[in-house]
Amino acid sequence: MAVIQMKPKLTLGPIAYHWSAEKRRDFYARIADEAPVDEVYLGEVICSKRAPFHEGDLPETIARLNRAGKTVIISTLAEVMLKRERKATEDLAAMDMPEIEVNNAAGLYARGQKPHRIGPFMNAYNEATIAWMARQGATHVCLPTELPAEAIAVAASAARDLRLGVEVQVFGRASPAVSARCYHARAHRRTKDNCQFVCEHDSDGMPLRTTDDRAILRVNGIQTQSESYIDLLPEMGRLAADGVSHLRLMPQDVDMVGVADVFRNVLDGTLCTDEADRHLAGLCGAVTLSNGFYHGTAGYRRMAVTART
Amino acid sequence: MTLAELICPAGTPAALRTAVDAGADAVYCGFQDATNARNFPGLNFTPEELGDAVAYAHAKGAKVLLALNTYPPAGKVDLWRHAADLGVRLGVDAFIVADMGVADYIARTHPQARLHLSVQAAASSPEAIRYYCENFGVRRVVLPRILTIPEIRQIRTEIPCEIETFIFGNHGLMVEGRCSLTNYLTGQSTNMDGVCSPASDVEYARHEDGSMSSQLAGFTIDRFGPDEKAGYPTICKGRYTAPNRAQSYYAFEEPISLNLSRLLPDLIDAGVHAFKIEGRQRSKSYVRNVVRAFRQAVDDIRNGRAANIADLVALTEGQKQTQGAFETKKWR
Repeated sequence: MAVIQMKPKLTLGPIAYHWSAEKRRDFYARIADEAPVDEVYLGEVICSKRAPFHEGDLPETIARLNRAGKTVIISTLAEVMLKRERKATEDLAAMDMPEIEVNNAAGLYARGQKPHRIGPFMNAYNEATIAWMARQGATHVCLPTELPAEAIAVAASAARDLRLGVEVQVFGRASPAVSARCYHARAHRRTKDNCQFVCEHDSDGMPLRTTDDRAILRVNGIQTQSESYIDLLPEMGRLAADGVSHLRLMPQDVDMVGVADVFRNVLDGTLCTDEADRHLAGLCGAVTLSNGFYHGTAGYRRMAVTART
Repeated sequence: MTLAELICPAGTPAALRTAVDAGADAVYCGFQDATNARNFPGLNFTPEELGDAVAYAHAKGAKVLLALNTYPPAGKVDLWRHAADLGVRLGVDAFIVADMGVADYIARTHPQARLHLSVQAAASSPEAIRYYCENFGVRRVVLPRILTIPEIRQIRTEIPCEIETFIFGNHGLMVEGRCSLTNYLTGQSTNMDGVCSPASDVEYARHEDGSMSSQLAGFTIDRFGPDEKAGYPTICKGRYTAPNRAQSYYAFEEPISLNLSRLLPDLIDAGVHAFKIEGRQRSKSYVRNVVRAFRQAVDDIRNGRAANIADLVALTEGQKQTQGAFETKKWR
């Protein structure tokens, strides 16, 4: 069992769901005290209607995480269309501290040449785009979830040459689609403007099943998520060797401190990946784990451990 | 009033000639590879065919727009660059791009080339559109199909480029350029491979009760009763169940066509410069009928006559159609 050289940082992505302010406070208190992650992304990425419920807590959460030695980054909305979304993006882009992760070109426009991170919704698929973004002030880029290993290696190498941080999601549901329409509201025969925040009842997404009763996707407001959690535990060594500097855990409604522990222990070489995978599966209950995107096949698939690098 | 150009689909050289003859102001097409978002078997152009197509269109006063509107995965950028170089050599009138790296390459290498921002870039605010205009010299934006007419009218006043909107054809639901649903189920990517719900992964299964299931990569996307017409298994147009929807329902959208015929005068009045008809995968006769009907309607409106909207509405007769987000934000 080898310690991974050039050890990447472990990050916690922004909460995708409409968790209550209280649930968020408890969650981040525990992350601050117990989770072995280096960096934490905060902010509402999915739905601008949710932000007023929890943005008031942001300063306190940031302070709490900072006291715990964690770097905090604020992520901006993935979909920017309405006035309030444009305003929210502009306001965040005007901040000097903490760092900002941009998820929409409107945010890039507002940010100008000031330093910023590129979020996973920004479609940084290749070295040419990453080079362009670096010239505009990007300091860090989170690659799209569907990018396969070979492309990640090329992108990471280019990003490292430009002294950019480069991040890949290694845990949690993927985000295969976003929309202007709210599918949570639609499921409840409402519209987005009249949603009554029905998404708050699905803290890990609303499951969609096929007519022959096979779990397929999850709905989270305007976002469509994968049914499976991505799990790239055994791939972390190759990711690190390929120059990926940051590994992202997406918050799911499971014991995220436990999840972070598992990934940390594998990075530190104190837990072998087979055992870690079993441990992780235990923490995730009935949810299936997948690594298909990374291996260039259907995203929901889980490549056999023997075939994994 | 703007010129209100009609931008028509050309999946094949024959469809291109048909669209030009039927009155297209411009046609859009792509090469036979991953550089465009309709990378389907049997569609698109070889370099020789594109050269001939440009000559044919230009002789009849029509423009040719080349779609380079996918996202190159790292390590494969050269395919997109070569396609852009080839397009310049063949004399296309504009490139439809989405990826910033591709846009930057064309802007720097071929500064005289005209750039249109693809709907795949999902620029849905004045700020996002201005980002592409100011950085890459984009001259026209193809707006996502998610905006109401008052919103389009407002955006028009806040951006320095022309606006193109979809007016007829497939009604996309997800934010374009941000959808990897097909890759999640099939292993082929819409953004990187130009593929959406590929035919090679489609199967239909007949059940004992006479009903039919449509499947994509083994996932049942919909099930049709004996009296229902079975549709194509596009993931975002399937029927699924949810905790409070025991009866399967269209979780995202019904299989429906966009038809903005009735809104055409309002869209022209709102300052839309160009109208895009979707359907590079459609037949020659479909292209001929749709382009002819819209040509007549646009000319009527431009000349101050009442357009015969009923003819346009009839194009989708018997099918479900929608005005989508354009009519009301309740769509959202």
